[in-house]
Amino acid sequence: MSVTGLTKLPVLMRFALIGVAAVLMPLMLAACGSEPPPAPAATAAPAAASEPASAPAAPESDTIKVGILHSLSGTMSISETAVHDAELLAIEEINASGGVMGKQLEVVIEDGASDWPTFAEKARKLLQEDEVSVVFGGWTSASRKAMLPVFEANNGLLFYPVQYEGLETSPNIFYTGATTNQQIVPAIEYLLEEGKTKFYLLGSDYVFPRTSNLIINKQLTAAGLEAVGEEYTPLGHTEYSTVITKIKAADPDVVFNTLNGDSNVAFFKQLKDAGITAEDLPTISVSVAEEEITGIGAENIAGHLVAWNYFQTTDTPENVKFVSAFKSKYGEDRVTDDPIEAGYFGVYLWKAAVEKAGSTEVAAVKEAAKGIQFAAPGGMVTIHNENQHVSKTVRIGTVRDDGQIDEIWNSGSPVVPDPYLDSYEWAAGLRELAQ
Amino acid sequence: MEVWALQLFNGLSLSSILLLIALGLALSFGLMNVINLAHGEFIMIGAYTTYALQQAALNFTGDAQSGITFLIAIPVSFVVAGAAGYVVENALIRFLYRRPLDTLLATWGVGLFLQQLARTIFGAPNVQVVAPPWLGTALTVTADLVLPVKRVFILGLVTACIGGLYFYMYRSSEGRRMRGVMQNREMASSLGVSTRRVDSFTFALGSGLAGVAGCALTLIGPIGPSLGTFYVVDAFIVVILGGLGQVPGTILAALIIGMLNTMLEFGTTAVVGKVLVFAMVILFLQWRPAGLMRAKGR
Repeated sequence: MSVTGLTKLPVLMRFALIGVAAVLMPLMLAACGSEPPPAPAATAAPAAASEPASAPAAPESDTIKVGILHSLSGTMSISETAVHDAELLAIEEINASGGVMGKQLEVVIEDGASDWPTFAEKARKLLQEDEVSVVFGGWTSASRKAMLPVFEANNGLLFYPVQYEGLETSPNIFYTGATTNQQIVPAIEYLLEEGKTKFYLLGSDYVFPRTSNLIINKQLTAAGLEAVGEEYTPLGHTEYSTVITKIKAADPDVVFNTLNGDSNVAFFKQLKDAGITAEDLPTISVSVAEEEITGIGAENIAGHLVAWNYFQTTDTPENVKFVSAFKSKYGEDRVTDDPIEAGYFGVYLWKAAVEKAGSTEVAAVKEAAKGIQFAAPGGMVTIHNENQHVSKTVRIGTVRDDGQIDEIWNSGSPVVPDPYLDSYEWAAGLRELAQ
Repeated sequence: MEVWALQLFNGLSLSSILLLIALGLALSFGLMNVINLAHGEFIMIGAYTTYALQQAALNFTGDAQSGITFLIAIPVSFVVAGAAGYVVENALIRFLYRRPLDTLLATWGVGLFLQQLARTIFGAPNVQVVAPPWLGTALTVTADLVLPVKRVFILGLVTACIGGLYFYMYRSSEGRRMRGVMQNREMASSLGVSTRRVDSFTFALGSGLAGVAGCALTLIGPIGPSLGTFYVVDAFIVVILGGLGQVPGTILAALIIGMLNTMLEFGTTAVVGKVLVFAMVILFLQWRPAGLMRAKGR
């Protein structure tokens, strides 16, 4: 008698479940990425210290090694590839105009592969094996938190280009993206001034949206308000019909959207399909920029609001130059956006600090970086003396039919970074909470 | 009241989407015991085929909006994804039929390969397919009961796919041979059925159905190299709950999971709703390991 498929069933299912678990793993890791992994650098550091002794003394080199560490594969490559491109562009421009202190920059590119332990591992490789002077990289907060102990243990330098949830300062990281008081807090202030009172908070379920909404809730309480709804969906969630039903039932004035990645595409397509337009119910997004709009489809998100520090349409002479350089190198159909710009000017800030210090040595560069200014495409940016974030102008805009963004409000002058929101009374206790 | 009617529709719609992504897997996993972790990537192939077709139409006629392109994209996605499945089956999977655990690893590798291939060809950022205008509207039943036409369309598409599959499996001689092989491979083989041919064809058919799902999903979801990973887990859960080798079981499982998920999510949150559904499925499988419907061996 032949063996029927029946007897094999449970085994097969077990295998399938293993496979399913393997697929889920990255998502789970992303979700619990807020916990920094135990610093493996503790064991690795002595090895690094002993290395120079055995290695032959390096001759005075005529290049400076710099590292780029972004996800070029995996789910985050959607966003990070373009930042990598912008950093390469800045390095090429610098090399073409004579390099840094007369030395050409030599780039070492590593792929973080959308996997947080890989980011830590590659960061260690860049610092210990390649001995790069600086690394430009990271996108998700989870990747930054994974790299942080490595940079601190090896005394490296990281330029991190993406807006984030604040409540962090590392002596080895320069934050060129916005912290909360340069994006989320002014966005809420703007909405309050516009007379919005019923806020619905929608976000992906991980550290950035959760922390952002914690801050927003405190801010709303201070204004005597309360969010009419707060909802989180898993990263990569694509089914929003139920969420939309809930939003309709709560009847808010505005949806504050901290969804990340592909979920935004599903959310905006399905919101439009449900017959809800930006006039009926405006949303404001803090993780949707020109690059994401291309994937969402401009017609699906036109009229909705976004808050950033830079738009491709930002009207400065530096930006005209930057956009045309970016397009001529990577193609006319490419767009620039806030993290792309922050990645780009981060390289120039580092160059300015190195030239002022006259050295690539980390302590000297950090000291020299204090107060350094650069006319970035989005306006003047200044490195803060203590917290190593940058002052930048806050901008709010509406999405046009062609996927570009029209600025409707800006802060007038660059806003000084305040990662722990110490200057806001309602935010008291956040610093303690973060530690 | 209208909220509940809307949620009922949403549940039905989610069920139809789950069924669409699981139907192909019900063939390759359910009937052939191949743990195909690349199933999501065949969905992706369907989505990118739709995108490529629309870009081509845009270049040739300057008109991507007519909707004709989208209708053509459905069969083309089926053929392209099916052809890709045929190649993968012949090049790789046929050597692994007696080693299910290895099909898991091998197809996962194929999935990663296809993702990177898509990234190389189309670039890492998401792309966009413009939905034809007649699909972009909503049916307003009452002020609070607004049904997106796209979701109604997907419901119809799934019904058509099931109809087609039923016709193929139960009314054509090819389908009869396929069922014969699945029920008793040795006997079918000794009666002169080319099991090799049936295997490749079944796998190609499953992949083709994934392609159709990919085409339909461009209407409501993101289109990027890793889009398959969002759907493959759900597809497996549906097929496992339905019972291996049982297309009717798959349909019933999709309906149950879709409805449960929608209702539980409405009562709780998206995360809790999903956890509850998974927990229920696991408990159910403890009680009935073979799923909703058992395959009858002969």
